[in-house]
Amino acid sequence: MSARNNILRRIRALQGKPPSPTAGEREAVRAYLQTRARSPRPAADGEPATRFHERALSLASTCDDVAAAAHIPAAVADYLRKNDLPMRAVCWPAWAALDWAGSGVAVEARGARSDDLVGITGAFCAIAETGTLMMVSGAATPAAASLLPETHIAIVSRARIVRGMEEAWQLLRAEHAVMPRAVNFISGPSRTADIEQTVSLGAHGPYRVHIILVP
Amino acid sequence: MQITSMHFKARAGKKLADVKLQAALRKLQSNFVKGRADRILELDNFEDIRAAAAAIRDRALASLDVWLEEFERNATARGAVVHWAETTEEANRIVCELAAKYDVRKAVKSKSMVSEECALNDALEAAGVEVVETDLGEYILQLAHEAPSHIVAPVVHKSRDEVSDLFEEKHKLPRKTGIPDLCREAREMLRPHFLSADMGISGANFIIAETGSTLIVTNEGNGRMVTTLPRVHVAITGIEKVVPTLEDVTTLLRLLPRHGTGQSITNYVSLTTGVKGDGDLDGPQHFHIILIDAGRTKLIGSDMQAMLRCIRCGACMNHCPVYQNVGGHAYGWVYPGPMGSILTPIYAGLENALDLPNASTLCNQCGVVCPVKIPLPDLMRKLREKQFERGLKPWPERFGLALWGWAARRPVLYAALSMMGVRLLAWMGGAAKLIHNLPFGGGWSGGRDLPAPQGKTFRELYRQHKRIDRINRTQQD
Ligand code: SF4
Repeated sequence: MSARNNILRRIRALQGKPPSPTAGEREAVRAYLQTRARSPRPAADGEPATRFHERALSLASTCDDVAAAAHIPAAVADYLRKNDLPMRAVCWPAWAALDWAGSGVAVEARGARSDDLVGITGAFCAIAETGTLMMVSGAATPAAASLLPETHIAIVSRARIVRGMEEAWQLLRAEHAVMPRAVNFISGPSRTADIEQTVSLGAHGPYRVHIILVP
Repeated sequence: MQITSMHFKARAGKKLADVKLQAALRKLQSNFVKGRADRILELDNFEDIRAAAAAIRDRALASLDVWLEEFERNATARGAVVHWAETTEEANRIVCELAAKYDVRKAVKSKSMVSEECALNDALEAAGVEVVETDLGEYILQLAHEAPSHIVAPVVHKSRDEVSDLFEEKHKLPRKTGIPDLCREAREMLRPHFLSADMGISGANFIIAETGSTLIVTNEGNGRMVTTLPRVHVAITGIEKVVPTLEDVTTLLRLLPRHGTGQSITNYVSLTTGVKGDGDLDGPQHFHIILIDAGRTKLIGSDMQAMLRCIRCGACMNHCPVYQNVGGHAYGWVYPGPMGSILTPIYAGLENALDLPNASTLCNQCGVVCPVKIPLPDLMRKLREKQFERGLKPWPERFGLALWGWAARRPVLYAALSMMGVRLLAWMGGAAKLIHNLPFGGGWSGGRDLPAPQGKTFRELYRQHKRIDRINRTQQD
């Protein structure tokens, strides 16, 4: 642990402080953490759901709206058919009970594999400011389902569209006692502009992100 | 990474003459520079956000050790192991030891400039570990055995044709020419590596004290693969990257992608905290975080501490007229452009990078665009002073300045000398009023012409105008 102590001591010495932090310094840090002070941010522009929709489209995601959860399979089937995609998907357990067979989609609830072409997930919440999905990993919400397949379909409750990342953290703290292993913010299909600065969709992650909004 | 910054002048000359590079650099300007300008318009209170971002970074640096301890405590509580390295060699040793401990045969990497500082790939390969870069740009560079030339767009110096040739040669597949096809081919080559790697190595754009999380911003999704699929995840980053809270990092995230690639947000912002939980279907079983110093503390408590606010967005180089003309390789180490001209001499030694603090017109474009308000030209000026104090300036420069100083303290002589000089230059300029070949200034006039002076010094013109003024006034009276 000598590297650790050397680095920490060096920092303190160079800033003209005693070798180890005083109670006052630690208290100041704790106090700051407790305030969770927010900094200035851009004005909320429009109603969150509208803003989310607009921003999501600008990130090359696509959006659909359904009136009830029961309509999700039909909406998914429609999307897959229109885009000439396979009628087969892997999904999070929460969506396994929907009547997929009735819409002609073969859906399995399990961990995603590399050869799965369509992944259906929910989202922890969605962020209006940027049109972003917030995903939180867990036993029932595995991260790979939104990553490995070429098409990611996310089912998002309209009630969980929040203004900004600040509200998303507030929600996370309220609902998760500890920070989940992975928190992923997804803003459209994966992309790269490494070759000649030309944007190409579908780098390592999905080529398509389709968002279905439910009540 | 081996430092070659001492060859800046020679390299810069070659880069100026490189037609392909010049075309690539022009694209960078039009995309990233325009992208930033457009994206900051989305923030109605941009300057307030920018000031808050600088204050957040300053707050972290002011109590750096306490925030780092807080980070360590929270990360450890979630099952991560935090390591500390004073030097890049130490960091490499830790990663190699981890590779041995977990019986790692293959490691996949997402882009990490800190690992470039360390030359980590070489160390791992020497230890018998296969390393695969998975960021498309870094992957291309690995195949070509080249160094990155930009911290955000590492392969900006290469054309699509060069990538086509390289892929054809290395992948042994039919040549592709379209950019989407090239990307698809790389995706298909790299996917099996993600699935078979034992270790994922990432950097961290930020580490968050409140939660003990590391955060990376990516567009390709390789960062997510690297931190999700292999059973061991190693994150390697600098001690200065700590940020107190999730709210603080949110503010920085409003600026980083806008200034980096001209995006409102990157495709992915990924926070990883601790190891795979009970019942989790994915995530690493082992998570190690390496915090490295490697020169950073040299800035702490100094008049240059502000440099540690840097969030590595690349805006300073995108907007720098010198970078725009010579590209990143000329700078000779990991970090190019204005931020590199400050970090390289400090991390790698002032004497190894004499030209870098001088590779700037001090036009302050970088200072104007820096999202965390680092006064980059001031810092370069400070480094120049340090070079001078330590006697590191070459003798012709010292002698020239001494001579100029001597003359400048003798106004009559100075006026006479400058009158002669100006007339000589005007004569050299001829009818076109352009000097193609400046004696003793070949480096300057090699790439462009010097507009010749009009034949009179400022003081002469001033005196002349005053005289005319006086005559006019007497006539009016
Ligand atoms: S110095 Fe400022 S502009 Fe340059 S990379 Fe760092 S944060 Fe960005």
